[in-house]
Amino acid sequence: MGLPPLPDEAVVLGVSAPSWRDALRAVGGALVASGATTDAYTDAMTAMVDEHGPYIVISPGLAFAHARPGASVLRDGLAVVTLATPVAFGHPHNDPVSVVLGLAVAEVGTHLESIGAIANLFNDASVTGRLAAATTATEVRTIMGVTTA
Amino acid sequence: MKIVTICGAGIGASAILKVNAEKALAALGLDAEVVAADVASVRAVSDDANVILTSQEFVEAIGSTYAEVIVIRNHFDQSEITAAVEKALG
Repeated sequence: MGLPPLPDEAVVLGVSAPSWRDALRAVGGALVASGATTDAYTDAMTAMVDEHGPYIVISPGLAFAHARPGASVLRDGLAVVTLATPVAFGHPHNDPVSVVLGLAVAEVGTHLESIGAIANLFNDASVTGRLAAATTATEVRTIMGVTTA
Repeated sequence: MKIVTICGAGIGASAILKVNAEKALAALGLDAEVVAADVASVRAVSDDANVILTSQEFVEAIGSTYAEVIVIRNHFDQSEITAAVEKALG
């Protein structure tokens, strides 16, 4: 237990995203498709970057997209998008981004378990590159140690 | 001792920093409270903090503080975070 499930709808591999906004729209769309969020959550994730800058690029090649819990979160959800061509978010050290991780949490408090699992997973510096190279949703789930439901 | 981690929403990047700062404290044998918060509440949570760990994007908004502000480049690099905590508190 730790990370929310990762159904096929929440994994989109090799997306062509001309800009960071398109990359966030893709990961937001994956959260919506998997039933975790509404479109308003995608807008909220984008607004975080508009307001604060590209800080969501928290390690080399990886953007960790999320917004606050609220009405746009239907249930806890996780999504993974890989980009056909890495995209610059404007981060001084960790650009370009090849993997976008989307997280939606229904309530603050319970989310720390998911965050702990994400930290444990990505403390292994090889994980982002392995996700970027994955060709199937099953491969992504194996790397992340998550299930479909 | 108190460490505050700061990001935009207070639940994502800062929560990852909190988890990894707690691992750093355990590895160093140090004891400190670690609090994750959003940049809007930095004043309220960090008035008694020794250290603030954050991203470059928030340094200006954090402004002047008695705490030592340390920028973490790679939030998943345990050695970078442990070195920062050791330098500040060790």
